[in-house]
Amino acid sequence: MSKYLLPLGVFITVAVFLFYGLSLNPREVPSPLVGKPAPAFQLPVLHSPDKTFTPKEMAGKVWLLNVWASWCVACRDEHPLMVELSRRKIVPVVGLNYKDQPDDAKKWLRHFGDPYLTSVSDLEGRVGIDFGVYGVPETFVIDKDGIIRHKHIGPITEDALKEKILPLVERLSR
Amino acid sequence: MRALLALLVWCAAGAAFAQIGQQTEADKRLVDISAELRCLVCQNQTIAESNADLAVDLRRQIREQIADGRSDREIIQYMTDRYGDFVLYRPPFKATTVLLWLGPALLLIVGVLTLRRTLRQRRALMADAPLDEEARRRAEALLADNEEERNDT
Repeated sequence: MSKYLLPLGVFITVAVFLFYGLSLNPREVPSPLVGKPAPAFQLPVLHSPDKTFTPKEMAGKVWLLNVWASWCVACRDEHPLMVELSRRKIVPVVGLNYKDQPDDAKKWLRHFGDPYLTSVSDLEGRVGIDFGVYGVPETFVIDKDGIIRHKHIGPITEDALKEKILPLVERLSR
Repeated sequence: MRALLALLVWCAAGAAFAQIGQQTEADKRLVDISAELRCLVCQNQTIAESNADLAVDLRRQIREQIADGRSDREIIQYMTDRYGDFVLYRPPFKATTVLLWLGPALLLIVGVLTLRRTLRQRRALMADAPLDEEARRRAEALLADNEEERNDT
């Protein structure tokens, strides 16, 4: 009997690991930036390029930084949720318009609705790199002290919003 | 006059070659560094190989940092600060990667030990089974039968 116990044990161990592996998404790379201060930047505002925006203006508030672009198809999936979020005024969202043409971006917002407190243009994607962006859309939750608390990779879903992002925002706002 | 012209051409050529030399040195470093880094968009390619937009941007970033005189280590650190250890094709040895680094060696050791145990058991089994009188007689009878059959044919 014990002769079969060892191979069975090995098989179960391997099976458990492989099964766990099936549920992991290799596209979701944990960000080393979570728990660290959001990178500082100064970028022109999309709708008035002579003005600039820096994250310092959001000090003392919990806010979201949503990386988006007009060429990003997946951004359309999450956009209605963003619009809804802004309509209910739950949390301010700043848009990082990533490697986009400002004219295309403005047209896109007119068409799909503009949920952003403000959008800033990252024409060359340099600020995106500082934030470790590798796929658009991405969303960062930033707390009152300017620390990144969470990074959501890919389009935001209703589940992600309800189960992770909104509870986190609520906790951080207290 | 001709000598002066020759000297001028020689100098210009020298300067040109020097510039090419410099260029290739920086290019070589760019290739070396970007070959160590995983592209996050197409995860089985290095930043050197990938044509993804992000890889192009990251190569630009590396090129600028080389021009700024940063060391290879500083540039790699810049990347891991933003994208984590995942971008390294050779991950560092630390608590979370112990199994990754030592797992294969561990499996090899377990395999060798199992093999040794199995071989020992088998040898012991063979040595411990001498034929008793009865078995020897049967074996001889069988061999004799065999002999007869062969003679018949």
